[in-house]
Amino acid sequence: MKISFTINSRKRDLELQPNETLLNVLRKNGLTEVKSGCEEGECGACLVLLDGKPVNSCQVLAMSVRSKKITTVKGIGTLHSPHIIQKAFAQGGADQCGFCSPGMVLAAYSLLQKNPNPTREEIAEGLDGNLCRCTGYVKIVEAVHEAASKLRNEKSQAE
Amino acid sequence: MFKYVKHSVEKIDGLALVTGEEHYTNDFSFRNMLYVSILHSTFPYAKIEDIDDSAARAMDGVVEVLSYKNVKKILYTTAGQGFPEPSPYDSVLFGDVMRFVGDNVCAVAAETKEIADAALAKVKVRYKQLKPVLDFEKAEGSSTVIHQDDGAFPKIPVFYDASKNIAAKVEAEVGNFDDAFAKSPKKIEHQFYVPYASHCALEPHAAVSYLDFRGRLVIISSTQVPFHVRRIVSVVAEIPVSKIRVIKPRIGGGFGGKQEVLLEPIVALVTWRTKRPAKLVYSRKEVFTSTRTRHQYRTTFKVGYNKDGAINALHLDALENSGGYGSHALTVLANAGSKTLPLLNKIQNLKFTGRGVYTNLPVGGAYRGYGATEAYFGYGQIVDMVCEDTGCDIVEYYKKWTIKSGETSPIFKALGEGKEGVAMIVTSTSLNECIHVGAKLSGWYEKRKLYGGDFNKGKRDKRGIGMVALMQGSAIPEIDMASAYMKMNDDGSFNLMVGATDLGTGSDTVLAQIASEVLDTPVEKFIVTSSDTDHTPFDTGAYASSTTYLSGHAVKKCAESIKNQILKVGADLLTVSIGEVEVEESRVVVRRKGKQDHHQEVSFAEICQSSLYQKNQFQIQATASHVSPKSPPPFAAHFIEIEVDTFTGIIKLLNYVATVDCGTPINPVLAEGQAEGAIVNGIAYALFEDYYFSPQGILLNDTFGKYGMLTAHDIPPITVKLVDSFEESGPFGAKSISEININGALPGIANAFFNATGKRLHRAPFMPEYVLSVINE
Repeated sequence: MKISFTINSRKRDLELQPNETLLNVLRKNGLTEVKSGCEEGECGACLVLLDGKPVNSCQVLAMSVRSKKITTVKGIGTLHSPHIIQKAFAQGGADQCGFCSPGMVLAAYSLLQKNPNPTREEIAEGLDGNLCRCTGYVKIVEAVHEAASKLRNEKSQAE
Repeated sequence: MFKYVKHSVEKIDGLALVTGEEHYTNDFSFRNMLYVSILHSTFPYAKIEDIDDSAARAMDGVVEVLSYKNVKKILYTTAGQGFPEPSPYDSVLFGDVMRFVGDNVCAVAAETKEIADAALAKVKVRYKQLKPVLDFEKAEGSSTVIHQDDGAFPKIPVFYDASKNIAAKVEAEVGNFDDAFAKSPKKIEHQFYVPYASHCALEPHAAVSYLDFRGRLVIISSTQVPFHVRRIVSVVAEIPVSKIRVIKPRIGGGFGGKQEVLLEPIVALVTWRTKRPAKLVYSRKEVFTSTRTRHQYRTTFKVGYNKDGAINALHLDALENSGGYGSHALTVLANAGSKTLPLLNKIQNLKFTGRGVYTNLPVGGAYRGYGATEAYFGYGQIVDMVCEDTGCDIVEYYKKWTIKSGETSPIFKALGEGKEGVAMIVTSTSLNECIHVGAKLSGWYEKRKLYGGDFNKGKRDKRGIGMVALMQGSAIPEIDMASAYMKMNDDGSFNLMVGATDLGTGSDTVLAQIASEVLDTPVEKFIVTSSDTDHTPFDTGAYASSTTYLSGHAVKKCAESIKNQILKVGADLLTVSIGEVEVEESRVVVRRKGKQDHHQEVSFAEICQSSLYQKNQFQIQATASHVSPKSPPPFAAHFIEIEVDTFTGIIKLLNYVATVDCGTPINPVLAEGQAEGAIVNGIAYALFEDYYFSPQGILLNDTFGKYGMLTAHDIPPITVKLVDSFEESGPFGAKSISEININGALPGIANAFFNATGKRLHRAPFMPEYVLSVINE
């Protein structure tokens, strides 16, 4: 069957089976920026935002979210117009293999939406659902800290 | 001093990675692609008497079933190593003997993954169960022989005795251990155990294959060793090398786990037979059970020493659980000695004995640290014990007894990779500086004294601080080879083609920085293409801490050759002699008596345009290869502070300081990242990572959740400080950094534990119940 979704602010009609996970449906339809690391809801590589809330898309049936807005990592910034968090990750060496990065960036984005001025402890807690085997998390936490500060500056300048 | 090297340049693929643009193997799909699923053995040791795949084949959508019945049994090793490999040829793609739970029974290729999975359930396998060996300490000489009558043999002339379940054996001695040990006034003997572990790269193993327009086989794979994949697929699938192209796109971590040729021959055979694209992606569970692991080890140290702490004799005996096959069995074993014993090079009488044994358990392989991690658990504690017993200050002890610049160790020659090693004089070390800086940063002296005194008396939570010094290597000397190709483009940019394999480490960027430095041209002027067997020259691959040191050197030579050509054309255009020109900021400039003549210069773009279109036309291009005559060790000192809850046995890390000598860090932020990642992996391995098996040899903790993974929330404060040295044989003074820092946590935490409790940990991981049992001994 075909179902309508709003993905990264764009309406898309996607073919799916009733028992398919959101992760599978997204990847099958070319949204390969959503990564599949365990399919058990433990690694966070497949994290997307549903109406702004982070979920592991491998644990969500696609059918169940037809009315919700889905945001992947490309929905917050792209290669040509990266988000401040993405720039901070790349500049700060928070990306090694990059496989966890789409999920990790979105987890950070979600955290900073709720708490624009987190302590390092709060950042670490906010990223608790996302595994990374390469970095040891040190530079990831630093990058999010850096991005938070830049986002606050940007906001205060805009006001 | 440097303009592009020793600068933390942003990774050239960084933004593409974090915006989700980059593609990994599983992100490639092709029209008419088949999905492959594997049926794995549920028995640890069994003979397959028959496979009936008729019901599976009859299913709608099933296209091919591969098993021993229709795939030729060609003996090989899955280890992605140089040829001839030092690992025994004891594997076939699909055999009729299953040697561990997770061994490959057959493969089904179908129109969808769902159909392929469903078809697996319809394959009827008649097993004859055999008595398995599930305890590696009982494997040697067991009545159960794991490789019997299968023709398994060593490809190189080394000791191998499958009849006794011995997959590998290494022995070396310098001096006379027995004699010196007997004469030593003080003696200790300790035994240590380290467990299985999974690499846990976030990207599961994956391979996709298709035929190109001319019928050649293209394999896209999450591999650390594309050229070894090409060679091994050619042998196992019986397809000429000329018909195979292997591409490594972005890869989601390796850590040694992808230095293994497992999935590629299967998709290759499916595509070759059906002429259709094929994809195989392992589930996380399959990665845990059916790929490769860190070998389980038992190490026994016998040490004889004097009252002043001087060690006269040291014997390290290692027993390695190789699992069902002998992948990397020999070389990991040799490295357990060769990467530890040279550290205290003043010990005159050294003995190393080791055996790698077959069991009916998951297969060991390459894993960051590669034997050194396994051996440092004991080695680092032994040094602490000797110091403790003789009243030596361990910091000063390491400073005094470790190998120095200009010194050697006979072990370098005695222990090689399947053959004699290579004699080597260490020409760079800042280890003493590392120790000094680390002691300062960690508050070593104050804390060691404090925690060793009354601080912990009567307390439930006891604190301790421990330290350890470490070494590793940089590439395999006189075996590994790397090469590079460069050409110049009309705008003064360059294509840099390297066989080297960026695993996320940033080696594409690091190699571009090296070329940048030689040509005094910004990094963005280099278009890096890596890891494509059709388009890049040969490289043994990303392992043995080799890429920066070895591939970097090939790139440096290649860039120097390009530079000479540029200078020649430049001098010609400026009508001066080549001795009067030099390269500066993407130009050739005339310099006389040390002064630059600003009126006489020509840009790289003008030079290339002239050489391509105008005068004495030729393509400015070069290739270079590099083999290293040595493997200069990086060094490190780790200082770890812990708190032990003596009621629960829980060890909490309070602080981790690592000082590292990797020569010149070509990209300091990326180098730090290597250290930080290795440290956290090391901590997890020390504290809880393990494989738990049922009595039937079935892995019980085969998910991230059950296995346990550290998250950002779990890590202690970590300080990494790079303390440079300059390695003359490396590019711009560089050595390696990727592996060494995984070795510190086991001995460092154990030494801190002793400082806190006065007790020694002999078994990893340090799970609370074990820790508690030690505390209550």
